[in-house]
Formats: sequence, C-alpha cells, structure tokens
Amino acid sequence: MDELPVRSGDDVVRVRQHVRNAAAAGGLSLVDQTKLVTAASELARNTLVYGGGGVARVEAVKSPAGRSGVKLEFTDEGPGIPDIDLALTDGWTSGSGLGLGLSGARRLVDEFELTSKPGEGTSVTVVKWSRLTSRCLPRPRATSAGCG
Amino acid sequence: MERVPILKIGPTLFVSIQIDLQDESVLALQEDLAERLVATGAHGVIIDITAVEIVDSFIGRMLTVIGSISRLFDAETVIVGMRPAVAITLTELGLSLSGVRTALNAEKGLEILNGKS
Repeated sequence: MDELPVRSGDDVVRVRQHVRNAAAAGGLSLVDQTKLVTAASELARNTLVYGGGGVARVEAVKSPAGRSGVKLEFTDEGPGIPDIDLALTDGWTSGSGLGLGLSGARRLVDEFELTSKPGEGTSVTVVKWSRLTSRCLPRPRATSAGCG
Repeated sequence: MERVPILKIGPTLFVSIQIDLQDESVLALQEDLAERLVATGAHGVIIDITAVEIVDSFIGRMLTVIGSISRLFDAETVIVGMRPAVAITLTELGLSLSGVRTALNAEKGLEILNGKS
C-alpha cells in the first residue's frame, strides 16, 4: 500500500499519476482507468479544499472471485460532513463548485464508502474492479478465448 | 505551477494543453486567455485536449467558463481532441460542457470557426 500526502495542487496531480499507474498495473481497461483517476481527482480535491489536506492511500486488491482491483482511501482531519446524504446529492455544494465531486466520484467507481464525524474528519474509500479475471490479463501470446 | 501557452494564428487563439492540469493552471489559463482576447481581438479560441488524460468536474466547469468569457469578448470557443475515455467519464460524471462547441480535431475546429460547417 502506498501513502501519498494531499497538501497542495501538485500533490493532487501526483495522486492522479500514481492512481493511473496502479490502475494500469491492476489490469483495468482504459475507460475504467480514466474513471478511477477522475474519481481520485475529485476526492483528492475534496480532501485538500474541504478537509484542509490529508493523505491518499493506494492499494492493489483482489476479490474472492479472483478479480483484481484498485482501492483508494482519502482521509482528512478536517471539519467533517454534518449531513452525508445531502453531501452525496447531485448539485449540492458547500463551496463554489458544481456539487458533482462526491456524487460524481461515487458513480465512477464500483464500491464507495464514506465515513465522517463533524469535528473529526472524513474518510472516503473507493474500489474499482477490473472487468477481467486475473487469468484474462494480457500476457505475451495469450489467446485465451472468452476473455474480452 | 505550470502555465499553458496561448498561440495566436491569424484571427484565432490556439491553446494546446500538454501538462497535467492542476486547478491553479486552469485558473491561470482562464485569466491569460481573457487578456489575450482583449489584446488581440481574436474571434475564435481552439482548446486542444488531445493530451489531457482526465477532465474532472472542476476542469470541465472551467472549460465551460472559458467558453462564456470568450463569448463576452465576441469570440467562439471550440474544444477539440477529446479522448473517448474522457468523453465517457465526463458523461457519467454528469457534465455535458453545455455552452461550448466541440470538434473531433483542430482542423474541424477551425472549420467551425471559419463558418464552413
């Protein structure tokens, strides 16, 4: 598991690059890589802007069925989110954005978990699974049938 | 923070984003572009995002804002070269980039600005 700081705009760019590499290594398709990196960008910005900075953790994971995936966790010790349901509503924003950050990030990933306590901070964990099982990952001269 | 260069080619300003965009770079581009529009009197802006790997809600909103600002200076903005994966992701994110025109590539973008289509 890799841990990266989220303290500046440069850090957000670094998190995106790191997630891109992890997603490619995890066998995610180009579209799924792009979705995960975009979600990471939204969540890293939230950590920076609303959480006052924090850390991002990037981890390669495996499902019981053998699918590979990438898990991301963004944690801050900021003011927290008083009403999580409201924060996850399309178009709702506490700042000057469009209010698509959290709700949009949730749509772009397969698993999404948000925990937050007012005054203690916020943690968002997301997972994107590869649509191929590990035996279908590209290999030299692999011609296995049935693997997209 | 890296800045995105703005080239003037005839009556058109040409912006090709070749860096990993951070929020500050997008905000700087917005200001630089407004200044160049005033200074040059250009009537069109082409923003090439061929090299852009992701457009998140902030970058997407800023592209729309750039389109609106340009219109105030009598210039039309065309976003060109969006990658298929970026288009799919943007749509799922809930962004439509309404208010700016898009074209497949810079050549088609120029045709739009020149009124050929």
